[in-house]
Amino acid sequence: MAPGEDGPTAVPAIEDLCRELTERLGLLGVAVNLTSGQGSAGVVAASDDRCRRLDELQFSAGEGPCYDAVQWSRPVLTPDLVTEGTARWPGYTSTAVEAGVAAVFAFPLQVGALCLGVMDVYADRSGSLTDEQVGAALASARLATQILLDGGPGLGDAIEHRAEVYQAQGMVMASRGEGAAEALARMRAHAFAQDLSLLALALQILAGRELLEDE
Amino acid sequence: MISTQRLSRVFVEVADTLVADFDLIEFLHNLADHTAAVSNAGSVGLMLADEAGQLHFMAASTEGAKYLELFQLQHSEGPCLDCYRTGEPVTIAELTVDDTRWPTFAPRARQAGVRSVHAFPMRLRDRVIGALNVFDEDPVSFRPEDVRVVQALADVATIAIIQERAISRAETLTEQLQGALNSRIVIEQAKGMIAYRQGVDVDTAFDRLREHARHSRVRLADLARAVVSGTTDIPASEGA
Repeated sequence: MAPGEDGPTAVPAIEDLCRELTERLGLLGVAVNLTSGQGSAGVVAASDDRCRRLDELQFSAGEGPCYDAVQWSRPVLTPDLVTEGTARWPGYTSTAVEAGVAAVFAFPLQVGALCLGVMDVYADRSGSLTDEQVGAALASARLATQILLDGGPGLGDAIEHRAEVYQAQGMVMASRGEGAAEALARMRAHAFAQDLSLLALALQILAGRELLEDE
Repeated sequence: MISTQRLSRVFVEVADTLVADFDLIEFLHNLADHTAAVSNAGSVGLMLADEAGQLHFMAASTEGAKYLELFQLQHSEGPCLDCYRTGEPVTIAELTVDDTRWPTFAPRARQAGVRSVHAFPMRLRDRVIGALNVFDEDPVSFRPEDVRVVQALADVATIAIIQERAISRAETLTEQLQGALNSRIVIEQAKGMIAYRQGVDVDTAFDRLREHARHSRVRLADLARAVVSGTTDIPASEGA
């Protein structure tokens, strides 16, 4: 599908991702929620209905690991919710524990200053994730971020983790007065259309040759 | 060769990292500066690995494009990547163009005028989280005591990133590492915005960002986040 053409494909793709990750981790389930500016916009996808309801508990309580993950721009990993959560999120912890949650691992869907939401991984037994499980969750969170930026899994090219890509994103944001998500989506769409890598496009933007003005 | 006065300053700064409000990215840049000074090196850079083992540029004593490219090249190949993979220091007193270990890195490094390369692992117990690179334009052999000092500085960087001397939770490493990697991305985004608005190159934009953070006593990553979200702007030059 055309990049940036937001539509019904993103949510099913993220639901598939939640189910695949759940299976791979062998845990209770996975849910993805989106943030909107200040607070959170709510749950958009989950591996099953129970996980969707579990994720909604954070929003009912107005607190929880996903709020902290957004605020601190980093994962918030709580391998033992009773021990670590009772003081941090008293309201959320009591309802979540009652609903059968023993551990929550929140991974922000972010690209620098841009945070689209959080992927929450739930377990019904306390205990740390292994390095492999953390790696799988981070990879899924990155994929979910790309799906949300593209409006679908169509492009498939990974966001290139090079400083120049982010510098160029900042230049596009400043020149067009648009947000981080729009700027990155615009760059990826343009790179796709011109058959350039994102890095090659970024270098052209930095050299002042591309995308900085409306023609 | 190693300046003890300079070293003691580093360790005072390390003590400062154990307070809540410390500026990680600024500290890593300072550490790169100090390491370059104590080892008389042309440029020092720090790379951190993500969970997939990909190295990412974090901080350098020189933001110059020629070195930055060499740091980033090691995403796929180079002494820093080898050091990260093996957990052992890599010391190349004199790099040759045709070094078969790094068919892409070696000629590019020589083209940029780099003659010697050293890489030191950033280790936490049995895990390697990144590596510290030392580049120089002259052939440089480190004495065993120099290797120990620079390795100690690499260890200091690790402590600063983790912000805890003894990690009781395994989760803290993942949380801090991912936070640090993301902070670097925010700073690159802010550099691009400032560069465009003020019509300067990204290195100058970074100097201005850093200067303003010091001047207004806010953390570099927090200031960058405010610039990107549009809640603050950076003056073209401090005190003007």
